[in-house]
Amino acid sequence: MGDIQKRVLTGTHFMLGNHAVVEGALAAGCNFFAGYPITPANEISQHMGLRMPSVGGTFLQAEDELCSIFALSGAALAGAKAMTATASAGFNYMQEGLGYAVAAEIPIVVVDVMRCRGENYATQSDVMQLRWGASGDHEMIVLAPASVQELFDFTIRAFNLAEKYRTPVIVMSETTIALMREKLVIPKPDEIEIFNRKKPDVPPDQFMPFRAEMNEVPPLPDFGEGYRILHSLNPHDEMGWIAWNPQVFDTLYQRITGKITANYDDIVRVDEYFLDDAEIALVVYGSESRPAREAMQSARREGIKAGLLKLNTIWPVPEKQLAKVARQADRVLAVEMNIGKYAGEIERVCCGGCPVSRITKNSGQIHSSSEIYQAIRESLN
Amino acid sequence: MKKHRLWKYLRDGSLPHFFCSGCGAAQILNFFLTAADQISLDFDKLVGIGGVGCTARIPVYMKAEVLHGVHGRTLPWATGIKLHNPDLKVVIFAGDGDAAAIGGNHLIHAARRNLDVTMIVANNLTFGMTGGQMAPTTPPTVKTATTPYGNQETPFDLCKLAVTSGATFVARWTTQKPKRAIESIKKGLLHKGFSFVEIVCQCPTNFGRKALSTDDAIECLEWIKENSITIRQAAEMSPETLAYRFVLGEFVEASRPVFTGSSVLNRSGSREPGFVEPP
Repeated sequence: MGDIQKRVLTGTHFMLGNHAVVEGALAAGCNFFAGYPITPANEISQHMGLRMPSVGGTFLQAEDELCSIFALSGAALAGAKAMTATASAGFNYMQEGLGYAVAAEIPIVVVDVMRCRGENYATQSDVMQLRWGASGDHEMIVLAPASVQELFDFTIRAFNLAEKYRTPVIVMSETTIALMREKLVIPKPDEIEIFNRKKPDVPPDQFMPFRAEMNEVPPLPDFGEGYRILHSLNPHDEMGWIAWNPQVFDTLYQRITGKITANYDDIVRVDEYFLDDAEIALVVYGSESRPAREAMQSARREGIKAGLLKLNTIWPVPEKQLAKVARQADRVLAVEMNIGKYAGEIERVCCGGCPVSRITKNSGQIHSSSEIYQAIRESLN
Repeated sequence: MKKHRLWKYLRDGSLPHFFCSGCGAAQILNFFLTAADQISLDFDKLVGIGGVGCTARIPVYMKAEVLHGVHGRTLPWATGIKLHNPDLKVVIFAGDGDAAAIGGNHLIHAARRNLDVTMIVANNLTFGMTGGQMAPTTPPTVKTATTPYGNQETPFDLCKLAVTSGATFVARWTTQKPKRAIESIKKGLLHKGFSFVEIVCQCPTNFGRKALSTDDAIECLEWIKENSITIRQAAEMSPETLAYRFVLGEFVEASRPVFTGSSVLNRSGSREPGFVEPP
């Protein structure tokens, strides 16, 4: 692994997906990790237990996932860049802490390595619980890597988005990529873009801790810097005081959801392949994009004008990009490794432009490229 | 107009507080601020944590860094804060529901780790804010909102739990013993390691009415007084009898290394005599 005391392991590696998450986090400045054992996320905790102390950060093996997620909030308010990693069944427990981090506007990063009902088979079945699991109206930023390189890159991006928008950001990993070894290129530290949270530029007696323009993000001082802020889940006014009236409620939560929706263009990322002339467009996210790209290439070789839209941000939904695809293509094919969940979102956005069909698989296995190729052929009939 | 000596520690515009008339939680706010004042605690470096419930509102009134609003997760917050910045003073205000019911797992682990924070538990023997339901601390046979025929459960002795789990300072007093309570809070604040101070207190509105047939705070305090005993008296009583009593005093004051993380580089690993090295 080279020099474990270095924060950024610049160079070319052949690395496990779960380890790439750790290296991405450290490269992003993560200095607090908490986690509870669960397969297939264990290599993240184990590698953090080795790496985090060596770069001067804190490693906590929590007594449960609730401890993990709330320790993150505490550490983040004390100034840390904090992350946890878990897998589907453990992610359930974190919904409470995610809801809190949304409402109290706390930047944290959560990695969910999705798995199937107590087994470690491949799945994308958490795609809805990641978005909708937390109580209270909220937006959620969820990134969907598809390779070891993207696990590294997207983990850095998750920290940057969390810091920029003062909100939890989820990296949706999968058994397929988490437990796979692949080439990873880690750039030099000065080539990695890092965003740190905005701090107040006024002294404590002039600071309104939750004042920001609509859709903007208020600055966040660290605990102990003299600002003495009250952070609460309850509706709070611009001073942070718990206040129950419809106006405070509306203004606060419109701003908290608005800061995500209004910055859609900054948050949403997709990759487009051969969409310009595509008659059939595959829409995929995560590891399913790998066989889907192969299937697209097979179809092209057969003279079928296939293209592919890979969603790197799955929440918020890349509506503009989806709508564009629906206008251009004759048909959209939603590919997904579950009973068909996100396909509903794709249908919602695309149905005005062109027909949408689905190819879903819920058997603990990723689609093969030939299965997707077959689906392309069938959808043309 | 002359302001109260503790006024400067209160968040601007936060009064009047929301506690019921005669509530013990408001007394505990007073106890804490008095103790903090006497040891000149730096409020710029103080993080007050409350979960959910009446007790959780105590730190909300303090002009400090404050976290509030999730039931039972006070200690995970505290763990994250203290591990990241050990220079901060972290004080948790938990009700018996927060500490012993929904947050019980966190309590035993924070004590086991000897996390360097102070936890003040306002034990009003019930879930006050939600209407007086039975709590893990409710004495046997008393009526509550969910046990109209009398509580059938065995209550927790929270101090015993804390001692057994490894807390290094543990004390119990009541709102009927303000001076002793303030002294133990002071000791807890000055203690290095997990300090746990339980203060049995009255909830006239929801425990008093249902369990004691009175909503008079003084009568509730009289009842607490009648049922309070010393550690020495308790030593001669059976566990069954003790379930109805509040044993008051300081149970433990010890020293051992505080928690700085689960995996720490170069920690001096001196072991207890008799420790067998793994193969």
